[in-house]
Amino acid sequence: MAETRILTCINCPMGCELTVGVEDGKVVSVSGNTCKRGELYAESEITAPTRTITTTVITAEGRPVPVKTAQPIPKGMIFECTAAIKSAEVHLPVKVGQVIIDDLLGTGAKVTATKSVSE
Amino acid sequence: MAEMRRFDLVIVGGGPAGMAAAVSARENGLESILILERDSELGGILNQCIHNGFGLHTFKEELTGPEYAERYADKVRELGIPYETGAMVLDIAEDKTVTVLSAAHGVEQIAAKSVILAMGCRERPRGALNIAGFRPQGVYTAGTAQKLVNCEGVSVGKEVVILGSGDIGLIMARRMTLEGAHVAAVVELMPYSSGLKRNIVQCLDDYGIPLMLSHTVVDIKGKERLEGVTVAAVDNTNTPIAGTEQYFPCDTLLLSCGLIPENELSKNCGIALDPRTNGAVVDSRLETSIEGVFACGNVLHVHDLVDFVSQEASTAGAEAAFYVKNGRTPDETIDVTVGNCVRYTVPSRIHITEPFPDAHIRFRVTGVFRNTSIIVRSGEAEIFRKKNRILVPSEMLDIVIKGDKLKGLSGEINVSLEEEV
Repeated sequence: MAETRILTCINCPMGCELTVGVEDGKVVSVSGNTCKRGELYAESEITAPTRTITTTVITAEGRPVPVKTAQPIPKGMIFECTAAIKSAEVHLPVKVGQVIIDDLLGTGAKVTATKSVSE
Repeated sequence: MAEMRRFDLVIVGGGPAGMAAAVSARENGLESILILERDSELGGILNQCIHNGFGLHTFKEELTGPEYAERYADKVRELGIPYETGAMVLDIAEDKTVTVLSAAHGVEQIAAKSVILAMGCRERPRGALNIAGFRPQGVYTAGTAQKLVNCEGVSVGKEVVILGSGDIGLIMARRMTLEGAHVAAVVELMPYSSGLKRNIVQCLDDYGIPLMLSHTVVDIKGKERLEGVTVAAVDNTNTPIAGTEQYFPCDTLLLSCGLIPENELSKNCGIALDPRTNGAVVDSRLETSIEGVFACGNVLHVHDLVDFVSQEASTAGAEAAFYVKNGRTPDETIDVTVGNCVRYTVPSRIHITEPFPDAHIRFRVTGVFRNTSIIVRSGEAEIFRKKNRILVPSEMLDIVIKGDKLKGLSGEINVSLEEEV
């Protein structure tokens, strides 16, 4: 069964409106994108949607440190992943890019610090 | 008394605009630069914007706000550009004497040959919104809540309504949800959101948070602590419609109702402001009405992309360096006027000088327009045209007029939208 889905690409603030042709759960055409990322987004959004999580971890010293998943995780796992990140144990100082969690709940995604915090 | 400190360039503000301006001024040969930042670290608003989506234009990768800030702060340090934090500028005089208050120097006057205004913007507060009701705890601007949650690690509330669909409000809807709060609704007065589409998708739709367009908050209940808000639909004159009221019990109301460039210093200095942007009137060199004083970033006009802020600030830095070395050059300028459906342009004047550099014109449209062309004309002659599927007020547009198209022009050029037939 062929169908057309309209998506808004979330890769960057351009927010391109994508017209996606879908047949049997597979993407057969993408238009409206202004770069390659749009095509990749349509593909993953239709078959296995993912998101990047950004949140904070409170260090043992009580300071919030901003972190992100260095790779996107399945959209359906946002809440359990956020909870797992929250419970990570972190000590100051933290350097930007430092790995906080090596493999987040088996997703293969690393969690890294997004800011250097010394004290 | 100690001798007054002197710099070729003083930059007021160490956020993305101030840092990019400093880097560019140094790369254009200016040695004597000082950045003054009132917060305890460089980075400005980016430090609290922990979400991602920054830097695709500048660094060709998707960064979070703090990462983007740290890259520029590292550049500032690598280049050895001096900056002082905890330094609050109190006054800029017309002769470019900068009065600054800091723990390190007390009240100090600094002499500058040129100044770049990079103070950013602030949020429209509740007092400017005329919402009826008490003044209980639990009403925050979205950015204040963002700073509390992300930088102080404080929990703001559990049951949330957000008024205004600006980007910070949308981002905070998701952020509060991830922090365990329930966001009942985002309420927007206008028939369209003032935030980016991608944020509606990934911050509201992903979490099933309703966006109520053409609605507003008409009452705030609760004396000590917020108890709830009443939301009503509005008609096309933005007047609440009787009988449409809905009550939402909540302990937190976040306001995301627009940003205002922070120009108190500019006003006191006597710099001409543009009532459409609340920022300085500038020419294509980003020079204000006072010689040697430049403006860039959110203090000039509110941006939605930090990448555009960095670009604009980089121009300001280069132009300040050029000014310090050459002084003001006498050359021709033309005015930029707005036509159909265009709210403002930055700059409002373009220099027409050898070697005829390309000119950026940044602007916003007045509503949502489908299938239109952006057209720039000089008299009858068309010097620029670009088709667009959709233009919205929430997205700043940036067009580039080729230098050779500007050669020999005089008088004014006009930017307008026209329907495609």
